Amino acid sequence: MTIERKEIEKLATLSRLAIDEKTIADVTARLSSVLALVDQLQSVNTESLQEISRPFHTSQRLRDDQVDETDQRDAFQAIAPQTHNGLFTVPKMIE
Amino acid sequence: MNWETVIGLEVHVQLATKTKIFSAASTSFGATPNTQACAIDLAMPGTLPVLNKQAVNYAIMFGLAIDAEICQESVFERKNYFYPDLPKGYQTTQLEKPIVGRGSVTIQLADGTEKAIGIHHAHLEEDAGKSTHEGDLPYGMSGVDLNRAGTPLIEIVSEPDMRSAEEAIAFAKKLHSIVTSIKICDGEMSQGSMRFDVNVSVRPAGSSALGTRTETKNLNSYKFMEEAIEREVERQIDLIEDGGTVAQETRLYNGDTKVAKSMRSKEEANDYRYFPCPDLLPVLVSDEAIEELRRALPELPDARQKRFVSQYALSDYDSEIIASDSNMSAFFETVAKDSSNAKLAANWVMGELSGALNTAGLSFIESPVTAQQLAGMVVRISDNSISGKMAKQVFEAMWQGEGNADEIIQAKGLKQVSDSGALEKIVAEVLDGNPAMVEDFINTDESKRKKKLGGFMGQIMKASKGQANPQQVNQILLQKLNALL
Amino acid sequence: MHNYTIAKLIKGLQNKEFSSVELTQHFLDRISQLNDDYNAVITVTSEQALSAAVLADQRIANGDAPAMCGVPILHKDIFCTNGVRTSCGSKMLDNFVPPYDATVVENFARDGAVMLGKTNMDEFAMGSSNETSFYGPVKNPWATDSVPGGSSGGSAAAIAARLAPGATATDTGGSIRQPAALCGISGLKPTYGRVSRWGMIAFASSLDQAGPMARTAEDCAIMLNCMASFDEKDSTSVNQSVPDYTASLGNSIKGLKIGIPKEYFSEGLDPGTEIAVRKALADLEAQGAQLVEISLPNSHLSVPAYYVIAPAEASANLSRFDGVKYGYRCKNPKDLQDMYCRSRTEGFGEEVQRRILIGTYCLSAGYYDAYYGKAQQVRQLIQQDFSDAFKSVDLIMGPTCPSPAFKFGAKGDDPVAMYLEDIYTIATNLAGLPGMSVPCGMVEEKPVGLQIIGNYFDEARMLNVAHQFQEITNWHNQAPEAVQ
Repeated sequence: MTIERKEIEKLATLSRLAIDEKTIADVTARLSSVLALVDQLQSVNTESLQEISRPFHTSQRLRDDQVDETDQRDAFQAIAPQTHNGLFTVPKMIE
Repeated sequence: MNWETVIGLEVHVQLATKTKIFSAASTSFGATPNTQACAIDLAMPGTLPVLNKQAVNYAIMFGLAIDAEICQESVFERKNYFYPDLPKGYQTTQLEKPIVGRGSVTIQLADGTEKAIGIHHAHLEEDAGKSTHEGDLPYGMSGVDLNRAGTPLIEIVSEPDMRSAEEAIAFAKKLHSIVTSIKICDGEMSQGSMRFDVNVSVRPAGSSALGTRTETKNLNSYKFMEEAIEREVERQIDLIEDGGTVAQETRLYNGDTKVAKSMRSKEEANDYRYFPCPDLLPVLVSDEAIEELRRALPELPDARQKRFVSQYALSDYDSEIIASDSNMSAFFETVAKDSSNAKLAANWVMGELSGALNTAGLSFIESPVTAQQLAGMVVRISDNSISGKMAKQVFEAMWQGEGNADEIIQAKGLKQVSDSGALEKIVAEVLDGNPAMVEDFINTDESKRKKKLGGFMGQIMKASKGQANPQQVNQILLQKLNALL
Repeated sequence: MHNYTIAKLIKGLQNKEFSSVELTQHFLDRISQLNDDYNAVITVTSEQALSAAVLADQRIANGDAPAMCGVPILHKDIFCTNGVRTSCGSKMLDNFVPPYDATVVENFARDGAVMLGKTNMDEFAMGSSNETSFYGPVKNPWATDSVPGGSSGGSAAAIAARLAPGATATDTGGSIRQPAALCGISGLKPTYGRVSRWGMIAFASSLDQAGPMARTAEDCAIMLNCMASFDEKDSTSVNQSVPDYTASLGNSIKGLKIGIPKEYFSEGLDPGTEIAVRKALADLEAQGAQLVEISLPNSHLSVPAYYVIAPAEASANLSRFDGVKYGYRCKNPKDLQDMYCRSRTEGFGEEVQRRILIGTYCLSAGYYDAYYGKAQQVRQLIQQDFSDAFKSVDLIMGPTCPSPAFKFGAKGDDPVAMYLEDIYTIATNLAGLPGMSVPCGMVEEKPVGLQIIGNYFDEARMLNVAHQFQEITNWHNQAPEAVQ
């Protein structure tokens, strides 16, 4: 199945990727190829089946509500792209 | 055309845990920016979530408090979108299998009636960080503080059962009362501990179909909620009556400027692409765990209200006001027990003390006058040591930190004179010293005599430096005056 | 020394034949001399390595050193290493220096192993040829015009070129086993949940597992002893005691039932590879194992299911790379959306972007049921195939890859051609089972691997059979001419 260009543009927006005019045809072809692969799943009857993520049925472990982290702001912000007075800064968000 | 308003609320309640929902960083309010955001909260590569037991317990307690089904195998999902205050680029929340199912909350309305408001479900999720757009920031930049990122929330979604702003406020207040009573939330609205999103639609009265609704987000005061609802209802009605249609949209209401606007940027279909979070396993809750939490559940506001009526003989009205506020309730009960005068305790707590706290912007926990101190003062009113009027002075002095009631009464010499001998003497002296007034009283028409008492009272109070027991004085005065007739 | 296995190196260190410092310096020199030829190592941590070696020597002298103490290893650049750049093969993290260690890294450091550096890999672990790395492709030491496999191509090539005796790696759809096969070394992917994922940069959370790569099964066992642990910081970590994987290596394999899935020997399998694998199976039969033909009827669904699930989970896992807190941020963003789009488009390579788009598609409104939901259901079918098979056999074996190492660019334009490289390995990840690859032959002078799949937490038995196979064969001792 071929994926429509409009669809790809929507996906690109949702995932914050920019698709170049020059490469969009290529991207479309490659994505369509992958989709043809995965469409093979459609022919399988999965009516009685559950969605499974992991082989064993275990339950989420719970952690005690005790503070166990210290202030490491300096270490973390030393590797940040841009900060100001302890805040991470980004181009202004327009509401 | 008669219109009916339909309102539903989505309420975000910050759980009062010590640590975040998925990390062991502190949740204390007011910390310096980004000092309570650990590697997990910052979504550093390779970090993984581990679930906070207390957050789960608090969510279950809420479910029990609203008589809801508890889902014994709830699942966390990822809600995907991009925003700087959302470090992972997805919020870990619940969708298909939330931990709390259908429940119900009863609200009390001004006309004395009660109404049940349905709760569709409540689910656990993590809070986002905070963005700032003004202040000390480089030009054209916004700042992000991730201290709040990862704070546990329960999102409570109501059924669209409310039909007026009054009902919506009552519901909001009831939820506030419940979550603070069971101590899963500190209820500090100014700190963002509870935030309300209001879904509003209108329909012709009698119609059963729902109109298109709009969502007004992030209201954190009852006043703003009321204003936002009323304005939105008016806007929608005007729009429809002018031939337009209501667009499904998200709106923001600014309580300071009183301006509501559409968040046009959010109108682009935001496909959140929910799927179960593969880093977390299903949360299994046993019957035993639920029962243990049920046993330990603190008193709920409705139960407390009924108990105040039966235990302290408070009126429905008084008990409702006090019982709806956990801190006020705790304060009141201490005063009532220590002073053995629940009625007076209620009056003072609801009246003078509430007023003073409100003006000073303090909560009952921060009150400069302790419950024990107030009880001490109530005792002195009950035993006639001081009059109600004097008590106001005593209260004021206690508020200023001048000590407890007895100390102040002593220091200011406020002890009421109730000794009849002394009072007789003072009254006699005043009558002797004011023959013209006495003459005037005798000559006044019987029906108009009561008014003349004030003049004598004034003199007597002055002579006794305000310390004469007014009821006793009144009795003695009348006795003596009548004897002269 | 670089031809010694880890087992032999441990003996040598204990017997004071050489010190850890000497050993470390030797491998650092080799990396310095040879790495340019293969591009297997991205970051070399010489100073740190030598300091660690000094401390290791002290512990060894004290007489209470753990097995891996003093042994030099490489870490795949997907494991966060405190103070050392961790790039995940991507421009997005070219400048990322984490202030924390992955649990796998911590485990080795605690035992005194010496980190030589970080190895090259397919970007964000997405690939089967190590052609997508920001740092350039890795060359297969057996044939430098060919790929080493991926995504752990750097670790595999490094071992094959004797730049280190052991390396850590990760496997999501075959990324340990396939490069191990193409480079003629041994590699093991443990049961899902056996090794902690804390600090291991996530690709597909429900499929990723870390494991060892080395020349022999015995070495893998020694490394696995150190890597496997229950970690409270990883909610998917399984609390199961870690046996001593070396203790049972010498067990007899008489009577062992080995299942041979007919689906793994059908069209698409290179004839030379088939011959080598069947010979290996015959060798095992001669040792007393029983070969049983089995069927894994839903095998054909594993690649489609994987290429829904892995990209879907990856699309969410990679959303955190947004230029806000760490990593690459584009220059002069004109507004927030521009910052997001350009940082991600400039920071991520093509394959990564492609998979993000696929993943986003499979999760989008209206498509979830048909794709992600469906694939997760199909997963149950695949698990069921294996659990049915394990009712009658102890282990499952077959080829690791459909053919030996292919030339660079050979899988060029069609991504699906590349994806089919993993056709025999992917099902194991979907089922969460352990799997390993050991060298079992040569085809046109390129190595071929034998895959061993075990039941849950049966790594000890897999390693036992692999070790027994390596006692009667010599493939694992062979080295590419250039490095001899």
